[in-house]
Amino acid sequence: MSDVLATHEPVAPIGRKSEAYAPVNPRELRDNQIDGPELTTRLAKTWGTAPGLLGALSTVDHKIIGRRYITTAFMFLFLGGLSAVFMRLQLARPENGLMGPDLYNQLFTMHGTTMMFLFGVPIGEALAVYLVPLMVGTRNIAFPRLNAFSYYVYLFGGLMIWIAFMLNIGADTGWFSYVPLSGPEYSPGKRVDFWAQMITFTELSGLAVAVEIVVTVLKQRAPGMTLDRIPLFVWAVFVNSFVIIFALPAVMIASTMLILDRLVGTHFFNPAEGGDALLYQHMFWFFGHPEVYIIFLPATGFVSAIVTTFARRQAFGYLPLVLSLIATGFLSFGLWVHHMFTVGLPQLGASFFTASSMLIAIPNGIQIFCWIATLWDGRPVVKTPLLFVLGFFFIFVAGGLSGIMLASVPIDTQVHDTYFVVAHFHYVLIGGNVFPLLGAIYYWFPKFTGRMMSERLGKWNFWLAFIGFNMAFFPMHITGLMGMPRRVYTYQAEMGWGTLNLVSTVGALILFTSFVLFLINVITSLRHGMMAGPNPWESGTLEWAAASPPHPQNFDRIPVVTNREPLWAERSAIPVATGLSVDNRELIVSTVTEARADLREASPEPSLWPFIAAVATAVAFIGSIFTPWAVLWGGSAVGIALIGWFWPKGAKEDES
Amino acid sequence: MRQRPVLDVSGLPEYGYGARSPVWWGTVGFCVLEGMGFLIVIGGYLYLAFLNQQWPLSAPPGSLLWSSILTVLAVVSVWPNWLAKQNGEHENLLKVRRDLVVMSLIGLVLIVLRIFELGALHVRWDQNAYGSMVWMLLGLHTAHIVTDVIDTIVLTVLMFTRHGHGKRFSDVSDNAFYWNFVVLSWLPIYVLLYWAPRL
Repeated sequence: MSDVLATHEPVAPIGRKSEAYAPVNPRELRDNQIDGPELTTRLAKTWGTAPGLLGALSTVDHKIIGRRYITTAFMFLFLGGLSAVFMRLQLARPENGLMGPDLYNQLFTMHGTTMMFLFGVPIGEALAVYLVPLMVGTRNIAFPRLNAFSYYVYLFGGLMIWIAFMLNIGADTGWFSYVPLSGPEYSPGKRVDFWAQMITFTELSGLAVAVEIVVTVLKQRAPGMTLDRIPLFVWAVFVNSFVIIFALPAVMIASTMLILDRLVGTHFFNPAEGGDALLYQHMFWFFGHPEVYIIFLPATGFVSAIVTTFARRQAFGYLPLVLSLIATGFLSFGLWVHHMFTVGLPQLGASFFTASSMLIAIPNGIQIFCWIATLWDGRPVVKTPLLFVLGFFFIFVAGGLSGIMLASVPIDTQVHDTYFVVAHFHYVLIGGNVFPLLGAIYYWFPKFTGRMMSERLGKWNFWLAFIGFNMAFFPMHITGLMGMPRRVYTYQAEMGWGTLNLVSTVGALILFTSFVLFLINVITSLRHGMMAGPNPWESGTLEWAAASPPHPQNFDRIPVVTNREPLWAERSAIPVATGLSVDNRELIVSTVTEARADLREASPEPSLWPFIAAVATAVAFIGSIFTPWAVLWGGSAVGIALIGWFWPKGAKEDES
Repeated sequence: MRQRPVLDVSGLPEYGYGARSPVWWGTVGFCVLEGMGFLIVIGGYLYLAFLNQQWPLSAPPGSLLWSSILTVLAVVSVWPNWLAKQNGEHENLLKVRRDLVVMSLIGLVLIVLRIFELGALHVRWDQNAYGSMVWMLLGLHTAHIVTDVIDTIVLTVLMFTRHGHGKRFSDVSDNAFYWNFVVLSWLPIYVLLYWAPRL
């Protein structure tokens, strides 16, 4: 058995002795020498986070960072939602005087920017940061200090653009900030600079987390978790991380070129000096379309996890589900030009992108059918998480249908920049991300907090969200077909759009109420929710083998995986690996495909340096809006912080 | 939940080299995403080159002298870099120290050469879109050289302290791996900026 589960490859070439085999200190306690509560307590001390502010800022526990990430992303979701509510109030009737065009421009820019960059990308990564290490059966994420750094960078970037908005320097050129509108000539002042630097912050953080997740999945899976035993959620965020790695550099480069055009007089997008405005659109959408799937892919992971648990059977079509994820990841890079159908492209190009836009419906369709088959053949238990998934099916498929329509160039040309497009992408984004996400929070809340959320409030939450959403966004299809353009702060009564807009606004308020209920449910359940126990839904994946909430070490002993749903396969006793240190942070590094235990590697201790490095990064980025020299002195400060970060401190972890 | 021990991992090594090490995979990840950044800028350069009637725009391409010396030295540096990696994996401290000192010096010389190279360009970044693209590509690559040289110098100092043993050898190996990326990513940029306009 142990040959299947562990490699015995030597580290050094034959004939040489590597220090990697230094004999273990006999006084160091190992987890096969003690058991039970004593083992739990000692491991919790080794892997724990020190109390106090310094401890909180130094923590590298993926669960604590993950919790902060999730909370912060939800905070931005609420801010983005509030800006939408204000826009809806303004549009409720013709020639409404609630606000003028300047504030309205800032509001729709902040809404889109927040939802896409501060909520959409981070929320999937946030849940991955918390859940992936638990689901693959390890004790911390790969590169935990980088993880802490990423969180702070994300937080600072988000705060920066919102504080700028509060000071009336809010970005106002739309969430994609097209040139020439966003260029130096048409947008003087600092508004667009804050927008462009916010991109730098969030993409830096998003890229770093993507690398952490890829490495955690490839190298830290529990022994026995071969590729075909990886939970579907983990597959989803793994593929997602690759999409992030290939897509995000494009927008980082685009926004950097934009800010250079604005601040140091480069001419990337200036046609008068050989630049080109469409270059910006190409680079933006080369990121921007995969972005849609970056938002959607983690949600497919939530759906797979919830459907499997509540259908009470293994997922139907595991292989097609995984292949669909990968196919979606690849195809997402072949669609970007369909955002640019009206800019005047060669016909062949338009046809190609129409075909690929329709093609991507196939893997998504396969996934939907696999989930339906799983439910069909299972014994579904309709709790709140599953209810949200059922809502997702309905809304997402409706959004997919209008998507197929928009893939065709003549229709797209007709409804381009109208509310029809607004309706379409809210159906796919809210349907494809927010509904599964709310289901996921109801599903994993007991794991995060140890308590259940209220089912009664949950059902109210779902129905209000479902009704409010459709009431807000369905009429927009029609207002769009009637010709109402996006991004106008008001309209005349003669246009005849008044009633439909009023219905949309009422729907938006109902949707908003459902989120208030959600918030109340979270807050009351935190205090008074029923105690959950480790596995309240009787799920099959490894995170449910840990305590709720999990101890700092996640597992007292690293589980050994024998099945895709390990907890369903091993009901009497879970097989485990022993021999890791109790006194020091050690985890198992395994091989990429077969997940055989390969190394017994140290995991980094808490450190304040990632926080310091993030502060230095923020100073450099924000400073560079005001003087290019900030890149030099700010960069030096970041460099010093990074040296402090990597310099060994004499702890065994750092030394070994 | 009850536990059933089936595997003892206490005899496993504490670190490994190359694809066995998570840091190696992390380095590959960053190489891929940074490589993607280079590709996007190169794509933008070509996009503008095809769009404009004349390219380079009203400026001759940069001087071949310094850029070529830099390229030759960068390519040559792959050899001592390979030695550093090999000696790192053999955990030979004395040779690793020697190789890292050599690599640090080469890195510093390359930075000086890059400064000369930038001085020998015939265009400024704010002159036209060609100048912007050239400076963007060179700036991006210079950032990579500077980052890796600082990293190498810190690692060199580290190997002369009491910390220079064990897993640090694995770091030497990963650092050498990243340097190969810095050199490799330069070659297409060199051809694109200095030879393509002269063809």
